[in-house]
Amino acid sequence: MSEGAHLRQPETGQPDASHKAILYLEGLNVSFDGFKAINDLTLYIDSGELRCIIGPNGAGKTTMMDIITGKTRPNSGQAWFGQTVDLLKLSEPEIANAGIGRKFQKPTVFESHSVAENLELAMHGNKSVWYSLRARLSGEQQALIDETLQTIGLTENYHQQAGALSHGQKQWLEIGMLLVQKPHLLLVDEPVAGMTHQEMERTAELLTSLAGKHSVVVVEHDMDFVRSIANKVTVLHQGSVLAEGTMDEVQNDQRVIEVYLGE
Amino acid sequence: MFITRILQNDRGGQIMLAVLALVLVLVPVLNLLVPEGSFLHMPTYLVTLLGKYLTYALLAVAVDLVWGYLGILSLGHGAFFALGGYAMGMYLMRQIGDRGVYGNANLPDFMVFLNWKELPWFWQGFDMFWFAMLMVLLVPGLLAFVFGWLAFRSRVTGVYLSIITQALTYALLLAFFRNEMGFGGNNGLTDFKDILGFSLQADGTRVTLFALSGLALAGGYLLCRYIINSKLGRIVVAIRDAESRTRFVGYRVEHYKVWVFTVSAMLAGIAGALYVPQVGIINPGEFSPLNSIEIVIWVAIGGRATLYGAVLGAILVNYAKTVFTGLMPESWIFMLGALFVLVTLYLPQGLAGLVQQFQAKGWLQRRAAA
Amino acid sequence: MLKTTDFTRLLLLSVLLWLCPPLQAEQQSATLTQAAPLFQEASFDKTREAVDLLAASGDPEVVPYLQALLDGKLYQDKAQGTLVIAKDGNTGDELRKIPTNNSLRKYLRGAVGQLSLSHPDAAVRLKSANGLLETVTPEMATQLRGLLEKETDSAVKEALSLGLAMADLNAADKAVRLTAIESLAGNLHPGVRNRLTTMTTDSDAEVAKAAQEALRSIEDTAALYGHVETLFFGLSLGSVLVLAAIGLAITFGVMGVINMAHGELIMLGAYTTYIVQQLMPNFIDYSLFVAVPAAFIVSGAMGILIERTVIRHLYGRPLETLLATFGISLILQQLVRTVISPQNVPVSNPSWMSGSLEINSVLSLTYNRLYIVLFCLMVFALLYFVLRKTNLGLQVRAVSQNRAMARAMGVRSARVDALTFGLGSGIAGVAGVALSQLTNVGPNLGQAYIIDSFMVVVFGGVGNLWGTLVAGLSLGVVNKVLEPWAGAVLAKILVLVFIILFIQKRPRGLFPQKGRAAGD
Ligand SMILES: Nc1ncnc2c1ncn2[C@@H]1O[C@H](COP(=O)(O)OP(=O)(O)OP(=O)(O)O)[C@@H](O)[C@H]1O
Ligand SMILES: [Mg+2]
Repeated sequence: MSEGAHLRQPETGQPDASHKAILYLEGLNVSFDGFKAINDLTLYIDSGELRCIIGPNGAGKTTMMDIITGKTRPNSGQAWFGQTVDLLKLSEPEIANAGIGRKFQKPTVFESHSVAENLELAMHGNKSVWYSLRARLSGEQQALIDETLQTIGLTENYHQQAGALSHGQKQWLEIGMLLVQKPHLLLVDEPVAGMTHQEMERTAELLTSLAGKHSVVVVEHDMDFVRSIANKVTVLHQGSVLAEGTMDEVQNDQRVIEVYLGE
Repeated sequence: MFITRILQNDRGGQIMLAVLALVLVLVPVLNLLVPEGSFLHMPTYLVTLLGKYLTYALLAVAVDLVWGYLGILSLGHGAFFALGGYAMGMYLMRQIGDRGVYGNANLPDFMVFLNWKELPWFWQGFDMFWFAMLMVLLVPGLLAFVFGWLAFRSRVTGVYLSIITQALTYALLLAFFRNEMGFGGNNGLTDFKDILGFSLQADGTRVTLFALSGLALAGGYLLCRYIINSKLGRIVVAIRDAESRTRFVGYRVEHYKVWVFTVSAMLAGIAGALYVPQVGIINPGEFSPLNSIEIVIWVAIGGRATLYGAVLGAILVNYAKTVFTGLMPESWIFMLGALFVLVTLYLPQGLAGLVQQFQAKGWLQRRAAA
Repeated sequence: MLKTTDFTRLLLLSVLLWLCPPLQAEQQSATLTQAAPLFQEASFDKTREAVDLLAASGDPEVVPYLQALLDGKLYQDKAQGTLVIAKDGNTGDELRKIPTNNSLRKYLRGAVGQLSLSHPDAAVRLKSANGLLETVTPEMATQLRGLLEKETDSAVKEALSLGLAMADLNAADKAVRLTAIESLAGNLHPGVRNRLTTMTTDSDAEVAKAAQEALRSIEDTAALYGHVETLFFGLSLGSVLVLAAIGLAITFGVMGVINMAHGELIMLGAYTTYIVQQLMPNFIDYSLFVAVPAAFIVSGAMGILIERTVIRHLYGRPLETLLATFGISLILQQLVRTVISPQNVPVSNPSWMSGSLEINSVLSLTYNRLYIVLFCLMVFALLYFVLRKTNLGLQVRAVSQNRAMARAMGVRSARVDALTFGLGSGIAGVAGVALSQLTNVGPNLGQAYIIDSFMVVVFGGVGNLWGTLVAGLSLGVVNKVLEPWAGAVLAKILVLVFIILFIQKRPRGLFPQKGRAAGD
């Protein structure tokens, strides 16, 4: 399959998940000046799954997402989206358009745009230069924006500059941007940092409701939150998978306890 | 109407274009219709001076488009301006025909002087106006496209980009100084006689060129405003503010950058093409890095990312330049230098920003009073 | 270097003193007394006989007399017949000048040459042997062979065998000619090349061919030295670039500050040299030793002033810094134009900078270029030392890597910023001193170097001193290599285009800075 073909297979085209898994990471290695941030990492995410990834600071969770989204190139290894899309051959926008969306650990929104414009920019659709010169919001798209604002609780802030939002609101806006992007696979890095308890619950609800239709990968340090949404948890440590299983299995794993409590 | 829709939320632009329209009507009347002796008569040299300012303003708008909205500080836009100017200059050179000093109908004087026997290939076609005008757009556009494509694809950004744009115009400066390049070397192209058969010395031609400059400015302004108002404009600003985030929502940043950079270069080329017949000369000095960086200060003073600020800045600074180089030539460079320093330190949003601030304050006071 | 030249001078002086012992008639050697009557005859034939007599004696003491005769300075006491070498104004009525004619002078030259070839002093012999190359005749071959056998000094030996080979080129025997040609292959003496060129059209085909081959090998050798010379030119240009860029490498590379006024700080350094020379017009030779620290202080202080008043407010806004410092550069230029002069000012070179080091007849390295290369390396080493080994260097690197962290660790970052900027600017001033010795010093001096300097820093990799050194030197060499076939301007354009393309390929330069801090 040629590279161009991925591009012409936009959001609506399903990735080929015929073998159950939607994301394949195999034997990945990344080193920064000799420091191995990712060390022979192998991980599979099933289609429709909600997977939580935990691990101490510096375990390589964010770096893993960087590899999937094309920000960091691994020194070796494989990363496939479905059976057919070789992520390592694609650029960031190509990966995004292939159906992988990401929420960043540090919320990054377009600060000088309004909340609604942020959603408009993130929305799925034709992203070519000439098209966007003539693009107008269709009724359908407007409806999606309104609906999403409802979901993320920012309807009131429709015209507000995104830069003026609070940290928590920015988190929500980023989640909203992720939703309008309509990806097949959502990578969510620390979504609840800076949120109140109720907001956390809403986020948990939202993420669980997304699972099934979408595949979701959540990185989070908040164990209560993880427990509330996860059925399968992966523990990363020093750039590779330390343990995998249900929350209870993982929490009782001797090595995991060591890693979290210190040797 | 189309234009009103474009200018919907652009008070500055509305005012600016209204003033421009007024000037475009008044100046021809004052020059052509008011008799020469009259107190109200506007001498032709003034018309031409104003026309020159207008081409500078267009150039500034082009720079504001890439700097203000896209965040690319181009220190090489003078090169696109000059290339447009050279394309026009080549047409004007060919128009001279056998009226040159050497009376050679096929070769411009400087080529005869260099003992060249025939017209080099890259001069072919420039005797046709439409072809020259096409080149006014294509040459700067193509250079910007190739340069931008190389630079943006490999993600050269920030000061690195600024520095290589400066190197680009510097390299062109050196190149155009060479006689062998075939563009008149040091002296450039000059001694033009007429354009499309109209004498460049005639008042009518001058006024027409002035009017065309004004129209080009208005058109360029509206085009840029249209781009900025579109979704493309919002994407461009998003790229300026958070380039890599824009990539992660699926935009191919380099395509956008190249597109805007090329459009901007073409606008600069048009400005250059209108500039040359009015000042009557184009030489390699136009490529000097100083020229390019001066444009940036016009935009900075006017207020970047406003477009009308660029127009204002270009006209103000150049007016000041005309006045002060006339009165005290020594002091102008000091002033220009001080402008660079003071504006960046104390007026980061430029004059437009200042006006907006006052407006906001006034609004607050009125609210407080109510 | 200074010492070597002085030493040579001393040596020459002593040789000269030895050559001209105080002359007194009573002490004149027997040969001279013998020849004196012959001179008195006042006929060219007799004079020639006298010369023969003197020459045959082989006595080194007669050389000055023959030389004097040659120079028209030999006189004879009319009454006593003693020979006198005239010093200025030493002639009176009692002295008679001994006349010579053209053929006699030619004859004399040969005689003097031969005599000095057996002079006890090796330096004299060498000089004479070298002089021989132009005038050697086949008849001298036997004599030269004899001399060669006796000769002990290796330099003289070499010169003699060269002379011999030249003599043999004219030998009647073809075999001798051929061996002579062969032995001359690769010899760079211009006389050899001329002579061999005439022999390429020799009537004897074999000889002509041999001459052609020898000539080709000479040309190859000359070409090789030509390359060495290009390399040297390139290195010296590169050193200039490194000097101009290295201060920038600190302010831009280490601090991330775009200082467009860097060129003007260089210019200030050059003007400081000018002023220093104005203040000590009688000590030009020493002026540079004063100018270097003075320029460092002037430009450094100006740098600190700029940093404190402008740049400090613009950290983290590189594009604004660029514009503001550009404004400063305009102001500084205009200041110099107004206060000093819009014209170029004359800066003299100290005497020890002129002249050149002659490696051989085709390769000589001018001292000013040589010193620039050395100076550049010195400055680089010093700077490297400061940044690597001193406390200030440690703090500079700490601030450049993580400002907030460094501040938390108690580094006074504002002070460090000012000092770093001062250091970079001071180095620019020092570069200005060097440039004042190479180019015209005028208000636009800095402008000419700012783009080049940026190119060097960017090409080498920002934040890497070694990168700057390698980039500067290699760009200099590339420039000089391109120059012969592209011309100076085109070479420069090509280099610029090359860098523009290179940055697209490797946006972080030759030696990229590593780590997260370098990323976005
Ligand atoms: N560009 C980079 N250059 C150098 N080191 C890096 C780079 N990116 C990541 N690292 C290092 O790789 C390691 C893993 O980083 P990463 O951000 O993936 O951790 P994480 O698991 O997301 O941690 P946290 O829970 O704190 O977010 C860290 O030690 C980090 O310092
Ligand atoms: Mg992380």
